[in-house]
Amino acid sequence: MINFANSEIFMVGTFATVIVVRDLFKFTQSSEYATGFRLWFILGTALIITMIISGLLSMVVELVAYRRLRRRNSGVLAPLISAIGVSMVLAESVRIMTDSRPVASPRAMEKSFLGKFFDADIRLDNTIIVIAALLLFFTLWNFINRTRLGKAIRAVSMNPSAAKLMGIDIDKIVSATFLIGGVMTGAAGFFYVLKYENTASSIGFELGIAAFTAAILGGIGNIKGAFFGGLALGLLETYASFFLGTQWKAVTVFIVLVMVLYTRPNGLFGESITQTRV
Amino acid sequence: MINIRDKGAEIWENSGKTGRVAIATISIALVASLPFMGGTILNTPIASYESVLVYPIAMFVLMAIGLNIVIGKSGLLDLGYVAFFAIGAYTMGLLGTKTGLNTWEILPIGIAMSMFAGLVLGVPALKLRGDYLAIITLGFGEIVRIVALNLGALGRSEGIIGIPTPPPIFGVEFSFDSHRIYYWTLLIMILFAIWMVRRLSARRAGRAWESIRQDEDVAELLGVPTFRYKIWAFVLGASVGGAAGVIYASKTLFIAPDNFTLQISILILACVVFGGMGNIWGVILGAVVLGYLPDRIRFLSEARLLVFGLVLVIMMNLRPDGLLPRKKREKAIELKETK
Repeated sequence: MINFANSEIFMVGTFATVIVVRDLFKFTQSSEYATGFRLWFILGTALIITMIISGLLSMVVELVAYRRLRRRNSGVLAPLISAIGVSMVLAESVRIMTDSRPVASPRAMEKSFLGKFFDADIRLDNTIIVIAALLLFFTLWNFINRTRLGKAIRAVSMNPSAAKLMGIDIDKIVSATFLIGGVMTGAAGFFYVLKYENTASSIGFELGIAAFTAAILGGIGNIKGAFFGGLALGLLETYASFFLGTQWKAVTVFIVLVMVLYTRPNGLFGESITQTRV
Repeated sequence: MINIRDKGAEIWENSGKTGRVAIATISIALVASLPFMGGTILNTPIASYESVLVYPIAMFVLMAIGLNIVIGKSGLLDLGYVAFFAIGAYTMGLLGTKTGLNTWEILPIGIAMSMFAGLVLGVPALKLRGDYLAIITLGFGEIVRIVALNLGALGRSEGIIGIPTPPPIFGVEFSFDSHRIYYWTLLIMILFAIWMVRRLSARRAGRAWESIRQDEDVAELLGVPTFRYKIWAFVLGASVGGAAGVIYASKTLFIAPDNFTLQISILILACVVFGGMGNIWGVILGAVVLGYLPDRIRFLSEARLLVFGLVLVIMMNLRPDGLLPRKKREKAIELKETK
């Protein structure tokens, strides 16, 4: 199911990071970069606080927009609209609070140059993001495939009624899934701020669409698929921007997506079609 | 709570031919006289009441009826409906400024163009289901906007200006600021669309869509040519959107890619679901409410969309099937299926 509110959780996550770095650690645009242990402490704290806030917010979204409707068994579209409503509320409240202006984040770390890989410059911030993305991917992968809770999540996603009969508390599992989703989204928000050093109440939408496209490209309900889908999407966008110009980026992505789905209707790593019915 | 839908249906069923004609005439007359009620509580502060009646309200109603064929009748989640609206509008913009054709001559061309676009999108997209279909249609909506934004012939971000207003028809003048004339024109188109949908629903196509919505696999096994009927739903939905686009362009005289964002698709979808998917009266009510509300509460200015979002959440939680849902019997079948 499309969670339209996820993009706004990402947006709130970026603000959480900015607030932690700026107000909790008192960084300003002119302050010196943190180094050594202090740097890692600051980054770690910001990441963890962002993840907690986003995770909790995601649970609240589930509670407000989804739970009641799921209990009443009201199909796919009603929750979709209520999630759109929640995401409007989130985006608009942040927009009003920030006066529609983008907010810059002070730079806490020196983005030092680490070396060259062929022609590419390797920078510290980008390296951290790549390593962290891989770490998060493997953690999530293991969590879903190895733990008891992960097993329960998979069971609920395959067949909620059967899962219920096996004694799984669906509400709890769905809540936990939203928590995990929110935590991951929050991490993405943190890394976004680390790289771009600013945020705005309107950034959620476009990135949310990109995230959703990546998930579709890889195949829904599949962490490996989402990972490679995201990677493929990023490469595709970059190459398309380079060869055809930035303005045709989205068109290229769309055409490739149509071609992929035409040959593989459930994405690159998708499950069988009977499981993906509306 | 009284069941307005069943009550209404009961009155309609129990009245004879003359009664029905009377009910229809009175309701149409009431709706047609809305532009004269600007002085009453209905008035929208700040925005001009009559222009709000044309866009968004009447325009939303027309588009929601079109989208309802796709989503409500045949259960296909289309998140890029604005594409057809844009194609209709750009057909009007291009042909209206570059050739001597007038709005009434362009209207069928615009409808044909958007139907063709529906076909082009439908053939690859309708092999997909659920979220996959949703993202493809969403992407299509964005593509149409991006193409308009980047093609010199379509005016890039400046769009197309100086689109001609429709020429007089039956002695009625269409001038730029005579909103009520446009409102009545749209009303006639809406009535035509309602008639079309009601006729189709009662016939083979309607039954085929209904079966596809309830269970596509079973429908296919029972010999319903599902793919063909899904394409038909798409193309017919597109035609209504295209017609709305043509009128929109010749009403506003100016179109730009910014008028055709994904937000419009989502808003129209919200109209359909909010009002009551599958029930044409519910869909119309939903479009009226969601088209009207943002302008009615414009005095809230800053918090306007916030309140709008809250209303969506609260209403969906209170009435998940929409304000005027489809009939219970159908709902019961649907429930059994999803369980």
